[in-house]
Amino acid sequence: MFLSLRVRASQGTQAIADLRKAVPTGFRGRPTIRRDPCAADCSACRDACPTQAIRLAPVALDLGRCVFCNACAEVCPETKIEFRPEPRMGGNEPVDLTVREGEEEMVRVRASAAFSRLFGRSLKMRQVSAGGCNACELELNAVTNVNFDVQRFGIEWVASPRHADALVLTGPLTRNMKEAVRLAWDAMPEPRFVVAVGACAISGGLYDGAAGVDRGFLESVGPSLYVPGCPPHPLTFVNAILDLLGIA
Amino acid sequence: MKASMTAHQVAVDAIPRLEPGPWREDLLKQLRADMRVVTLVGRRDLDRVAITAVLQASDRSLRVSRTEVAPERGYHEMTTEHAALHCFERELHEQTGVRIAGHPWLKPIRYEGQEQSAMRSHPFYKIEGKEVHEVAVGPIHAGVIEPGSFRFMCLGEQVHHLEIHLGYQHRGVERRLLERDPRSLTPLIETIAGDTSVAHAWAYCSALEGLAGCQLDGETELARAVALELERVAMHLSGLAGMAADVGFLQGATTYGRLRTTAINTMMRLCGSRFGRGALRPGGVRMRLPPETLRDIRANLELLQADLPIINDCFLMARTVQHRLRSTGTLTTAQARELGLVGLAARASGIELDARHLMEHGAYSVVPIQPAVLPDGDCWARARIRIAEIEASLSWISTVIALYPNWEHPPLSIGELAPNQLAISLVEGFRGEVVHCIETGAHGEVVHYKVQDPSLRNWMGLALAVRGNEISDFPICNKSFDLSYCGNDL
Ligand code: SF4
Ligand code: SF4
Repeated sequence: MFLSLRVRASQGTQAIADLRKAVPTGFRGRPTIRRDPCAADCSACRDACPTQAIRLAPVALDLGRCVFCNACAEVCPETKIEFRPEPRMGGNEPVDLTVREGEEEMVRVRASAAFSRLFGRSLKMRQVSAGGCNACELELNAVTNVNFDVQRFGIEWVASPRHADALVLTGPLTRNMKEAVRLAWDAMPEPRFVVAVGACAISGGLYDGAAGVDRGFLESVGPSLYVPGCPPHPLTFVNAILDLLGIA
Repeated sequence: MKASMTAHQVAVDAIPRLEPGPWREDLLKQLRADMRVVTLVGRRDLDRVAITAVLQASDRSLRVSRTEVAPERGYHEMTTEHAALHCFERELHEQTGVRIAGHPWLKPIRYEGQEQSAMRSHPFYKIEGKEVHEVAVGPIHAGVIEPGSFRFMCLGEQVHHLEIHLGYQHRGVERRLLERDPRSLTPLIETIAGDTSVAHAWAYCSALEGLAGCQLDGETELARAVALELERVAMHLSGLAGMAADVGFLQGATTYGRLRTTAINTMMRLCGSRFGRGALRPGGVRMRLPPETLRDIRANLELLQADLPIINDCFLMARTVQHRLRSTGTLTTAQARELGLVGLAARASGIELDARHLMEHGAYSVVPIQPAVLPDGDCWARARIRIAEIEASLSWISTVIALYPNWEHPPLSIGELAPNQLAISLVEGFRGEVVHCIETGAHGEVVHYKVQDPSLRNWMGLALAVRGNEISDFPICNKSFDLSYCGNDL
């Protein structure tokens, strides 16, 4: 009993009070690209990128492919690309995930009146990993821990797809999981939607076109929310969901 | 053989080459004489299959031997005599198609390539009897975790047999490793098993550095080891949180969970990622340690060292915890040895096997670390090994950063890889030894990259550990081993 109290006392209150403003110190998050001229014929960043996330002239970076390895920033002779400790990223559509040169405003997930009405007060999510490396899964688990405590908004993981409103997918979608993902989706009652979490699920990431991957499911059922990262920080996920549901 | 801290290297021409029969006899003889198998890897080379065996002696030296066979001819199995080879021979058959005559159970490890369509029709082991019933779980499980499927044969509540069916996570990692420049594979390597990013990255880097003739200084190795120990602390805390949750000890679940947050946030301060991604690169490290970061890291370590003993006491003294963990999921030393278990599961079953121990050079020779070993082999032992290893790692890190607070060295550049070499690296990740083998061809190109997560060997340990237990104890047994699906499925 006394021991228990000691643990409780040393624990204090761990919940992050304002999830919308919190900044994870040291985190390699959303990048910015300065509008400086590139040296003629330079393609160092594009060549260094393991996931073909970069387009040139002007430089643009696709957060849906980026695995935040920092290679592009390291090789850029103009040091144009800089990764910031900004966890807030995400989009309603793949096009929202592009970071452009000189862009000051970051694109945020747009609130949807329909999602807000249907799920704004209660959202049950079923997570399915289809080739996820367990880093995405660990970070998704963390959104319900004492620090992030997303349950305070009525948002929760559920065990059965029959109880779920959202199917939260991680991993590039493996061929061996194709049937199981489809079964989970078919078991979910309407209204329902898909969230793609991490570079793998959004674009295939490092496994785009790999031997064991089959992205057929996502081609037939488009996600309603994209959460970039490798893995996304729990704050990235929480903010993207809250934005979508229009929760302040 | 050349050896660095974590990698061994040998010229392919210098590997003893034997005919399949004598090669097999020689292997079995060494295995009877107290050597242990590190790996057995096969590579298709035109119409032949080159099979390489790597054994380790008790003085830690490696012994490599090779045979070449026509796939349809193959060789006679060794699993019946030496059960620890079962996963290697199964993988060998799956990946190269080599015939392994007389093998008792050539079930695919991960259903890759043409095997994929056979995944559904696998004939699970059956037990006959009126009272016997089957429980099938997965591939999708109840929590936020990776997929895999489990088939239990039960008599009442008691599990008589468990068959583990894996492969759902198979992405095609090894093939992809050959499609890219071998010097820039780290981001991919870091995703082999996301919770073991650092251990896999280190195994890759050290094998590659050996092949490129690149020598690292001692401080860089220490920096890598700090990242590795932080990964161990974080994942052991995650395991303890999971076990506490599974026995309904919620204070343990939340407290270990929040301490894990402190550990992974420390990692993030060092390298920008809570999983250590980007911390290691071939030729060095990319970790930052400015004075204010060092101060915060020290503070985090102090917090962990102050708070852990309190929750450990609470956890270990709780009657519910003892009642559920003691004598649950027991694997005897003899069983663990027979199956060739590695890592924390082996140490919890009384086997002193830890790649960090007794190093002649490198980080763990500067500041040594003692392996934690317990004889009991139950869930309780696997929990206590975690606790002991967390304590050891934290004090190791504190010592190292007090002695060597300066490890910001930009990576050295990696040149051409030496031709016709085989590099084997072993790194003790939180689950156990991570093994990478890279073989180069005549022009220094990589002709084979074999990845081995400790999970490959330890899954069978879990299958045996649950025998005779209540099916309701399966989640705790599972969590106590905490094995990787994607690391196995590749
Ligand atoms: S940080 Fe992202 S965009 Fe830059 S090289 Fe890495 S994956 Fe490509
Ligand atoms: S996006 Fe990155 S962290 Fe997430 S599953 Fe894929 S490789 Fe792992």
